[in-house]
Amino acid sequence: MGKLVFNISLFSYLGASLGYFVYLVYRKQLVSTLATATVGLGLLAHTAWLGLRSMETGHGPYTTTFEIAMFFSWMIVVVYFLTEWKYKIKDLGAFVIPLAFLALLFSAFLSKEAALDSETQHFWLTMHRTLSVLGYAAFTIAFAAAIMYLIQEHQVKSKKLGIMYFRMPSLEVLDKLVDKVITIGFPLFTLGFMTGPLWKAKMDQPFLSWDITKTWPLVIVWIIYGSLFFGRLFAGVRGKKAAQGAILGFVMMIITYFMHV
Amino acid sequence: MADPNLILVGVNHKTTPVEIREKLAFSPGEIEASLERLINQPEIVENIILSTCNRVEIYARVRNTSEGVGLLKQFICDYHNISPQELETYFYSYQDEAAVEHLFRVSSSLDSMVLGEAQILGQVKDAYSMARALQSTGMVLNQLFEKAFNVAKRVREETGISERGVSISSAAVELARKIFDDLENRSVMLVGTGEMAELAAKHLISYGVKTVYVASRTYERAVSLAKTLNGAALDFDMFKEELHRADIVITSTAAPTFIIKKDMVERAIHQRKNKPIFFIDIAVPRDIEPEVNDLENVYLYDIDDLQGVVTANMHEREKEAENAIEIIQSEVNKFNNWVVSLDAVPTIVEMRKRAETIRQKEVEKALKKMEHLSEEDKNTVELATQSIINKILHKPTINLKKQTQSQEGHVYLKAIRHLFHLDD
Repeated sequence: MGKLVFNISLFSYLGASLGYFVYLVYRKQLVSTLATATVGLGLLAHTAWLGLRSMETGHGPYTTTFEIAMFFSWMIVVVYFLTEWKYKIKDLGAFVIPLAFLALLFSAFLSKEAALDSETQHFWLTMHRTLSVLGYAAFTIAFAAAIMYLIQEHQVKSKKLGIMYFRMPSLEVLDKLVDKVITIGFPLFTLGFMTGPLWKAKMDQPFLSWDITKTWPLVIVWIIYGSLFFGRLFAGVRGKKAAQGAILGFVMMIITYFMHV
Repeated sequence: MADPNLILVGVNHKTTPVEIREKLAFSPGEIEASLERLINQPEIVENIILSTCNRVEIYARVRNTSEGVGLLKQFICDYHNISPQELETYFYSYQDEAAVEHLFRVSSSLDSMVLGEAQILGQVKDAYSMARALQSTGMVLNQLFEKAFNVAKRVREETGISERGVSISSAAVELARKIFDDLENRSVMLVGTGEMAELAAKHLISYGVKTVYVASRTYERAVSLAKTLNGAALDFDMFKEELHRADIVITSTAAPTFIIKKDMVERAIHQRKNKPIFFIDIAVPRDIEPEVNDLENVYLYDIDDLQGVVTANMHEREKEAENAIEIIQSEVNKFNNWVVSLDAVPTIVEMRKRAETIRQKEVEKALKKMEHLSEEDKNTVELATQSIINKILHKPTINLKKQTQSQEGHVYLKAIRHLFHLDD
């Protein structure tokens, strides 16, 4: 049962990714509608799977690397849906949904072993992981929008106006989107980051018992998004620089994850 | 398909040079007179005349297509006093399906000189309403032209055929919108008062640009252009200081050297906190140092760049035209089905009439031999035979109606007419 549900969401995301790409290039309205419906189906199955898993383990899906990958993929799709609903940028799907698919595919290769119960029953752990994953999902959207910005910027700058020039939104819209998701994602991520030590403290470990090799990449991620967040507010960091920053932050975030695996 | 006997005779910019076209053009007054003259000919059932600078076409429904084509050609020649021999090579003529397809292509602007231009649809609409007002159209041409407007709408909405700008100023507006999205509340600065710059500015204003600055070496010219554009004139020495106020800068001065340099733009961008500036340099020799384009958040297009965009857009429109042709094909089929369905009704009526005549004759004969029957019994015989006819013809009637909606409808109609001997 669990396996079937997992496969439904996995293949839905794959199908929708292809659908969004076809829409990006060929602009067939039907394909776009189908892609969105497929993502919806995938998300339903995905949600059901997370529910089943939580019932089985007795805690939320955020304790093992496997669960985090699953949860991260789910959160990407949820945030994507909110973004599409708010900004009506369909083409974003072609850049975001493949990432959700990859995260989910990756999780399939991880150990499905559940974590020990004693470590997992903490409010602060729930806060820490949920907020962090929400922040990561927002940064993923920022990454996708930043890629789109750079493609569009390159076309306008180089004066080679290909098909993407006509298909994709304006630089202004993409830049604003990068800004918006970071503006929302950064505070969430910061809260998630800060609630980590609280959880450790509840676990009767020293308040700042950081494993420095595991923590420093996370600090760098925080610094990158922090500079984007404050840089835009106070120093006019925008456009290409902001897009490059969002990409750098995302890459660093992925590295951090793999250092924790 | 049962032929609607639809024909079209005409010339256009592809078949005919302008020297000939201008002789063949009909003014609105001439169109009215001609529509009336044509409709009074017994050969012609309906007609519409379309005359623009690129084409003269007469659409008509006639009793006999080949005679009709000859008649329309003769009419055009006679009307403009040109010998038919002289014009024969220029004329094209289409019938039925081909004529329908041609009109759909014309109204969708696939047959236009500038592919995808919007003007032609309005011209076709005018031609139609003029003919309609004079009652020179009937059911078929009305349906055909209404359909042609729908097709044009579909093509415009579902393909990118008129999406991309194919003039310098529309390409510039398009770029501005890809950089700034909404042009509402953006500002434009004109440096130099060239005609093309003015045109581009007007185009930008029509898209919502609110603030306009004009700078010119001759201050009076700046003032007068600023007045037409509802903007503010700037002293020529001042514009460099004010550069940071503009989202879009259009230069068109006659200066022999670059008047906007990289360091100048760098300062402006800094003052703007990196908000982008779009420079459009339509001056020759150029006004803006090309290296300006290397700066981040600055986009510079000169006249050749814009020309390149226009050419690329033209190619894109050509590609989109292929999608439009698909739409047109399917709409031509739909129209044919409509024409065919028109013809199913008279056939059904005739078929039933034929059966009813036979029934009446036979019942009469039979009843004569059965004088002893009561009125009531006679009535029963009458009803029973009627019911037999109805039951036997019910399925063929339904199926015929259904089949006439399909491609092979005409085969069924022909078969029915033949089997029931309706065309004797």
